[in-house]
Amino acid sequence: MKSYHFRILKSKIISVFLTLFAILSTVPFLLVLYFIIKNGISVINWEFLTSLPKPVGEPGGGILNAIVGTTILIIIALILAVPFGIFTGVFLAEKGDSKIAFLSRLVVEILQGVPSIVVGIIVYLWIVKPMGHFSALSGGVALGIMMLPVVIKSTEEILKLIPREIKEASLALGVPYYKTILKVVIPAGFSGILTGILAGTARIAGETAPLLFTAFGNPFLNFNILKPISAMPLLIFNYAVSPYEEWWAKAWGASCILVVFVLTLNIITRLISKR
Amino acid sequence: MTDIVLRTENLTASYDEHIVVKNVNLSIPRNSITAIMGPSGCGKTTLIRCFNRMHELSPKAKVEGKVILIEKNHQIEEIDVYSIDPMLVRRKIGMVFQKPNPFPTMSIYENVIAGYILNGIKLKKSEADEIVEETLKKVSLWDEVKDRLHKKGTFLSGGQQQRLCIARALAMKPDIILLDEPTSALDPVATLKIEELLEQLKDTVTIVIVTHNVGQAGRISDYVAFMYLGELIEYGPTDVVFTRPRHEKTEEFLSGKIG
Amino acid sequence: MASRFTRKLALNKDKIFNLVLSFFAVLLIFLGVGFFLSLFNASYLAFKKFGIGFFAGKNWDPVQEEFGALPFIYGTILTSFIALGISFPFSIAISIVLGEYFQKGFFAEILRYLTELIAGVPSVVLGFWGLFFLVPLVREIEIALNVPPYGVGILTASIILAFMILPYSASIGKDAMRLVPNELKEAAYALGATRWEVIKKVMIPYARSGIIAGIILSLGRALGETMAVTMVIGNYHGIPESIFSPGNTIASVIANEFTEATGEVYLSSLMYLGLALFIITTVVNLIGRFILKKLQH
Ligand SMILES: Nc1ncnc2c1ncn2[C@@H]1O[C@H](COP(=O)(O)OP(=O)(O)OP(=O)(O)O)[C@@H](O)[C@H]1O
Ligand SMILES: [Mg+2]
Repeated sequence: MKSYHFRILKSKIISVFLTLFAILSTVPFLLVLYFIIKNGISVINWEFLTSLPKPVGEPGGGILNAIVGTTILIIIALILAVPFGIFTGVFLAEKGDSKIAFLSRLVVEILQGVPSIVVGIIVYLWIVKPMGHFSALSGGVALGIMMLPVVIKSTEEILKLIPREIKEASLALGVPYYKTILKVVIPAGFSGILTGILAGTARIAGETAPLLFTAFGNPFLNFNILKPISAMPLLIFNYAVSPYEEWWAKAWGASCILVVFVLTLNIITRLISKR
Repeated sequence: MTDIVLRTENLTASYDEHIVVKNVNLSIPRNSITAIMGPSGCGKTTLIRCFNRMHELSPKAKVEGKVILIEKNHQIEEIDVYSIDPMLVRRKIGMVFQKPNPFPTMSIYENVIAGYILNGIKLKKSEADEIVEETLKKVSLWDEVKDRLHKKGTFLSGGQQQRLCIARALAMKPDIILLDEPTSALDPVATLKIEELLEQLKDTVTIVIVTHNVGQAGRISDYVAFMYLGELIEYGPTDVVFTRPRHEKTEEFLSGKIG
Repeated sequence: MASRFTRKLALNKDKIFNLVLSFFAVLLIFLGVGFFLSLFNASYLAFKKFGIGFFAGKNWDPVQEEFGALPFIYGTILTSFIALGISFPFSIAISIVLGEYFQKGFFAEILRYLTELIAGVPSVVLGFWGLFFLVPLVREIEIALNVPPYGVGILTASIILAFMILPYSASIGKDAMRLVPNELKEAAYALGATRWEVIKKVMIPYARSGIIAGIILSLGRALGETMAVTMVIGNYHGIPESIFSPGNTIASVIANEFTEATGEVYLSSLMYLGLALFIITTVVNLIGRFILKKLQH
């Protein structure tokens, strides 16, 4: 049998080794962050944020179309996913053991894992094909579907944590059930629901795949939701795979903005949900 | 004949076919304190939740028999609680729970008038101020909180929170308030304060209190009802029941043998 | 009486409210069913033409309208499993470090953030970074190994995938390690076990199904991941000969060809691929979640 000292030593060495391995696994993230900031930050200036792309060869130009596009797409997604998500979440928290609830939960789980490209295909079939052309609306719907399970889950989970006594106190004051839910229960769970909405926004802000065959992209500024629209991730994709160095620079700048936005949302979400 | 405010007729309540309140006939005198006692699980909570129709909110809950509320305005009116809107019943019969439960998103001020806010009853600012001050004075909380009315109610101590919950029920000007072991989560000093408060309140409202504490029932109640296995086995003026219990189970309970 | 009127109104509103709630829940179910039916319907043409043999066909030839999915199935499975293999040791290391050595404190928080935040980096950005950092790196390796130096290919895609899925398996693994009851660990310490022996003989066996669930869920991610893979896999239609060759995954083919697909059979074949991807990822995910759920009880 090996001596006790040897075993202790082995245990210590392994712990050092494992810790180093864990630290090593943060390297890709730091590298990505370093690359993006190094290449992106110098590109970002006022013109970059406020003007439209210029043809290759002409200096200057920016990504305003993509910034506006992503904003519009996120707004459409929120308009769809927030009420839908909150009401479904309330249903699951309140009538959790019904058959409908069981099936809804199953769909939530499926949606949580569905590849985003599949969502793109579906929305193409449901909206783009009948309409005959790509549109911001279809892109927003695709993103809304991606966001939906996050809002539903967080709403359900926070509402289940709200003590039953709070609801009963309201009912005992003669407040109807629907008002109790809308004015007492949902406000009590507000921070949790907000966390879900932010997490959902973070999930969709950088999504590209569901936009490829829906929002499609647009080099011009567009506010019409029935027309194709650009988005930050679409622009990054198109520029990244292009052969032009100036476009790569634009893509780094856009990546930098997008990553800062998404990571900020992620960190805010974590800070809120920790409280 | 005593002036009765609430009467049950053959009241039976069950959860999923499991009967937990059996055939209870009880008449509660107006402007008195009635204590409901009995060992754990004998159906006290269920009984009072039948009074304001909270029982039916539990899944698979059932109620049979009658609960009659007798209102005395200009004339006497008997209301069958189960034939009108439950929301209306709950505004006439208020409830205070075991664990203090002020609304976490509301200030102290809003908590007092929560019944109005949530029911969408518009109050003028002056009316609201008046109700808040008057009600908080009734529950002896005014002096303690008047400088921080717009702070959240959940920052108060447990005893203060419970008094705030009593204020919230009182603000609706109910005929009766039901209290389900309101002091079991509180320390002795806070408990005493609530007891004193209830005695002052009985001039304006009828009080029904579920309590496990024999001493508490003895100190504050005018009438005591004793339940055992879902049945009402003894009911009468507190001094009579406490000195000469007729039922052996009551005697065992009062002497601390069961509970 | 006024009370009668208000009673009706309140009850009606409650009914309407309940109906609204149920409406959304039912709509969600329809959404799920609709996903499946729409994909099925859209891929029917290809299904009729190629049947199940579609998945065994080696040729993907839009000009001849001959479509076989084998190269992409192969590419998907290859990249996902290599990614799992690469991420596994790291995932276990993080699970042990955060689930046992450093459960709280500054170092733990920082490490957790840094390992998890890469999941928040948009896939297209990772792909872009991959093109400019990873591809040249892999090319160097390929030159050193004397294989055709494409740079892009199965290996590059797998490495990116490994980064992307690591946070999922690591975070679930960490939670599983933290669920190991203290009494169990203490009993082992009391018998004279060292910390590593406790981890190896007590914690890992106890947390095993959680760790497995984490791996399965991260596999689900890897199978369906699109953008980063599309950008660095090389988009080659044949069956990759080695891990250094370019290839394609189901998702990358769809991303690349969908908007250019002319002809109904072509489009339908892409839908058929989408349906397959949907079914595979759903099954993998549900298995992972099922294991997790059983753990929580
Ligand atoms: N929601 C419910 N569903 C099913 N059974 C219940 C429910 N609530 C209470 N019961 C059962 O009904 C019986 C009476 O319960 P009740 O809460 O009325 O008793 P209690 O006298 O208030 O007890 P305690 O002193 O513990 O508060 C008990 O047997 C209890 O298990
Ligand atoms: Mg009780």
